[in-house]
Amino acid sequence: MLRRILIGGVSWAYLALVYAFIFLPVAVLVLFSFQDGRLPVPPFNGFSTQWYEAVFVDRKLMAALGNSMLVAISSSVVSCVLGFLAAYSLARYKLPGSALQRGLLIAPMTVSYLIIALGLLALLNALHMPLSLLTVGIGHVVINLPLCFAIIYASMGDHQINIERAARDLGANDFKVMALVTAPMLMPSILAAFFLSVTFSWDEFIIAFLLSRFDVTLPVEIWSMLRSGLNPKTNAIGSLVFLASVALLLILEFSLFGRTKKQ
Amino acid sequence: MTTTTLEDADRRKAWGFAAPALLWTLAFFVVPFLFMAAMSLWKREGREIARVWNLDNYLRFFSENALLQGLVNSLEITMIVTVLSVLLAYPLAWIIAERVPKRFQRMALILAILPFWTSYVVRSYSWLLVLSKNGVINQMLTGIGLIGEPLEIASTRTATVIGFVHFFVMLLTLTIYSNLIQLSPNYRRAAADLGANAFQTFWHVVLPLTLPGIMTGAFLTFVLCIGDYVTPQILGGNNELVLPQIIMLQLGRRADFPMAAALSIILMLAVTVAYVLCARWLKIERA
Repeated sequence: MLRRILIGGVSWAYLALVYAFIFLPVAVLVLFSFQDGRLPVPPFNGFSTQWYEAVFVDRKLMAALGNSMLVAISSSVVSCVLGFLAAYSLARYKLPGSALQRGLLIAPMTVSYLIIALGLLALLNALHMPLSLLTVGIGHVVINLPLCFAIIYASMGDHQINIERAARDLGANDFKVMALVTAPMLMPSILAAFFLSVTFSWDEFIIAFLLSRFDVTLPVEIWSMLRSGLNPKTNAIGSLVFLASVALLLILEFSLFGRTKKQ
Repeated sequence: MTTTTLEDADRRKAWGFAAPALLWTLAFFVVPFLFMAAMSLWKREGREIARVWNLDNYLRFFSENALLQGLVNSLEITMIVTVLSVLLAYPLAWIIAERVPKRFQRMALILAILPFWTSYVVRSYSWLLVLSKNGVINQMLTGIGLIGEPLEIASTRTATVIGFVHFFVMLLTLTIYSNLIQLSPNYRRAAADLGANAFQTFWHVVLPLTLPGIMTGAFLTFVLCIGDYVTPQILGGNNELVLPQIIMLQLGRRADFPMAAALSIILMLAVTVAYVLCARWLKIERA
């Protein structure tokens, strides 16, 4: 009995300790984004929203925010479309060398982002192609395509084949089958792939850093803010990004994934 | 005859659907990678890249101490981080799976990975707020009089390790937890019936069965950790550079792209070796 209480106590203490470790930096980040003063470290001088105001009037930050959204959404759409088409082809037709094709499509997952970025940069330099948000987007499709392909391919079960056959017998061509039958059936996994891909692109730094020049994404802009050292404004933009991500996560949890669970 | 033409049409269609993704991967992943591998065998001369084939970059890597030390630092930090993260995450995953009531488990897990959703760059920066000379920890410790002088944690290897462990504990908790809850309770009942005590059951039954989850997470930790530039650059500063930092230095200050390419190939070889070790080990475990 005593032993059981002891083990229980140790468990809960451990849980509390690790949670404290996990939450410490985030709590400090958010708390000192409200700092009334120039340094986001103790002592806490008082509550102020001046740094949030500074974030919203910062043209460069707001432009970077827009760029990030543009790159994240467009690269995720491309990744999902290409990934879906490839998954449909590999799951529904028996092509020679399909194992090799699968391997090729998954391969970028096993390579560090830094190396993918360096390779692209070397090639773009050699071809004298200018760096821009487009090149960042191309890089983000390279890292997100394997993910989207793998998620969608894994959810293409054989039980859906008969429904697709029925559609084909009724005169639908491949594109109609895909758009009106396969894609709606796979919508939960397509959406999961899309949102995961948006998250990865949104938060990706090294590819965006190496493959952009004048227009940059949010992580790159935050990176250049770090050069000025500790700054409550960095806390404020960091807290805002955190809040937005958590809000998105909660929406997904309660709408999308909640619904798929009931099905 | 008709069937063959139909099959041909089908095959053409199938290739057509797969082609965009395959071509994208070839054009923007395979070709750039091969180009970079070729470049690692070229040489920088002044501001130009001389396209003469040679092994100078690789030879320089093994003869120049600063470069080799980068790989050593990378491997050391990655090992420490992987081991510490597993040691911290396993009990956490176990407590969530075994001690926390079923209906709160999902919430406990979501809470455990909530800071995952801060931006990666910001996460390292926020550790700077905690660890820097006038940061939270130092002010607390000097405040209660435990230390006189503030500790130098930021810009050291310790800070890099803390930042990494923070990130990977969240990741490993997920992989280990999902492995733990898949275990049928029958294994443990059987072990108990055969007279094993709680510790023996854990050591001989639960732990071996969750080894695949640990290895998956550990390999993922290794790969992500050894290739990361952001955390060591923000938290470790310019002391004890790791390989990605040295690669970025070649790119920036020294404009030596061939050397950066060679170092990247070496980084990739390190990951490949880790993969071969893990894969073989995992297979043995499954057999």
